Amino acid sequence: MIDQIYVGLDVRDLRVVFDGFVAVDGVDLSVSRGDLRFLIGPNGAGKTTVVDAITGLARASGSVPFGEQELLGRKVHQIARMGVGRTFQTSTVFEELTVLQNLDIAAGAGRGPLTMLRRRHGVPEVVEQALETISLTRLRDTTAGVLAHGQKQWLEIGMLLVQDVRLMLLDEPVAGMSADERDATGELLRLVGADRTVVIVEHDMDFLRKFAHSVTVMHEGKVLSEGTVAQVQADPRVQEVYLGAAADVSRLPEVV
Amino acid sequence: MSAVGGLSEALTARPKLRAAAGFALGAVVLFGVAPLVLSDFRLNLLSKYLCFAIVAIGIGLAWGRGGLLTLGQGVFFGLGGYAMAMHLKLADAGPGQMPDFMVLYGQMDELPAWWAPFASPWFAVPAAVILPMLVALVLGLLVFRRRIRGAYFAILSQALAGAMAILLIGQQATTGGTNGLTDIDAFFGYDLEDPVNQRTVYVLIAATVLALLWLARQLIQSRYGELLVACRDAEERVRFLGYDPATVKLVAYVVAAGMAGLAGALFVPAVGIISPALIGIVPSLQFVIGVAVGGRATLLGPVLGAVAVAWAQTALSEEFPGGWIYLQGLLFVVVVAFLPGGLASITGILRRRAAAPVPTAGPGTTPSDAAGPPVPDLDPEPADHVPVPTPATATEGAP
Repeated sequence: MIDQIYVGLDVRDLRVVFDGFVAVDGVDLSVSRGDLRFLIGPNGAGKTTVVDAITGLARASGSVPFGEQELLGRKVHQIARMGVGRTFQTSTVFEELTVLQNLDIAAGAGRGPLTMLRRRHGVPEVVEQALETISLTRLRDTTAGVLAHGQKQWLEIGMLLVQDVRLMLLDEPVAGMSADERDATGELLRLVGADRTVVIVEHDMDFLRKFAHSVTVMHEGKVLSEGTVAQVQADPRVQEVYLGAAADVSRLPEVV
Repeated sequence: MSAVGGLSEALTARPKLRAAAGFALGAVVLFGVAPLVLSDFRLNLLSKYLCFAIVAIGIGLAWGRGGLLTLGQGVFFGLGGYAMAMHLKLADAGPGQMPDFMVLYGQMDELPAWWAPFASPWFAVPAAVILPMLVALVLGLLVFRRRIRGAYFAILSQALAGAMAILLIGQQATTGGTNGLTDIDAFFGYDLEDPVNQRTVYVLIAATVLALLWLARQLIQSRYGELLVACRDAEERVRFLGYDPATVKLVAYVVAAGMAGLAGALFVPAVGIISPALIGIVPSLQFVIGVAVGGRATLLGPVLGAVAVAWAQTALSEEFPGGWIYLQGLLFVVVVAFLPGGLASITGILRRRAAAPVPTAGPGTTPSDAAGPPVPDLDPEPADHVPVPTPATATEGAP
């Protein structure tokens, strides 16, 4: 149980190089369990690449111990089985399968061949619970492709829940959502983040202000600043980077 | 009429009952109607078509459900066919004797070592299925692990069919070369010239079709079947859920290869020959055309498509020799361009038209090019532009 309690994300000296271009340059990132960490920064700061490196999609050097094992150097599906789950900027659910089927597949990586070759009977309990949590119980037999955008994102979060991940990496989960949907998503993340480690890559500053426990700001592949929302906003280096960048994020300093 | 309507309603409501009814109907047509209506000659042709249909069931699984465009099923069909034909040639020659063609063309002094085990039916018959599966396993491990997919996989599999045909032609002394293995006129001691025995072969093949349809249905409806579709549509996502898509695809590929091998083995007694011309690139493509025309993602589509295309080939070649090949090409282009779900998707499209008499005009109404039952059109815009189709509104999203 001890390792269950202390398991969080611990990234040490992470470097990702694409054809000579240094996308991530010596990032250290430590997120404890129960934290809701927002990872922000201008476009090209390397936020998504950090997530790619942790989940095995991008080759990286450095070290990312998780529990007692090292994540770097493993294959994507092996890392997923260790309890690391992620979503993508564009929601990727299995559009031709129903909500229930999507969740059932997400719950099943540990199933043996005989179970796989049999038909699903009823609804597994974890799936039932996840359906409740993401409020899609009534839509469980709906094809995922016809869900509204926000519902697809929730389904993805539900898939991470049934996958029983201990580390959740979400890439812009509220992009394209209405204000109500953003709030609902934030509440959902608060709930599921209580006993997990959640890292959210996000551009939406209102969303960040409302729900972030802590914030890491990245710039040009490095960690620029880290702390609470207020601390980060007060950091002159952050103001400099953002005031020189996009207009919508330049509101950040006003927000205290 | 109302009784019929009631029945059809009951059938739509209960999928199990519908499946049972479907299989019963299939059995009546295959075992009852066809032998009564068709002449011996036509029934024998149907045997041949049904062998193609068996290959098609496998392609439907691998391509329709798994997204693996297998343009080289001829390899596995050939392995099964040659395994069976080698046994039948050896049995025909008698114990210790060599097949006629080896003596005639090969001037061989003794039977090649790799022929010897096929003298035993206990080796040859299982080998007709297991050998193709083993080849598919090795090939699949190499290909899927390296994430070769899409067009690259298709080209690779097609090249393999070509290579196999060339290999067989080059080894005339031991494989019969271009001629293949011919004059197979006995099947485990039964004279294949005898129409009664041909009917038995037909029944065997038809029963195999039904059995494999049942098997394919089980697979499609299992958890594995759902995972296979997930792999087809979003392979990367599946990886992030902790599965290795290579394994998932491998299973479908190997099963499809086994089916093609079995089809080849049954083809030999039905037609009496197996040759490189029957397993190379062109026949491999024809297998796929039948599946595409019928509807690759459905259970019955591949079977009906394979039989229909093979039947059309015979019928039209009788009328316009040489014209068929163009027509076949045209058919393939038309289906791929205008009816990507195959003929099986027509009912779905008509039903949708009937259900929504006023089609929602706009850019969102173009037909989906994805395989399988068409997804109802719904504007994939963010939710605030679209009335959420259900009571689960945003505020309820909060637990």
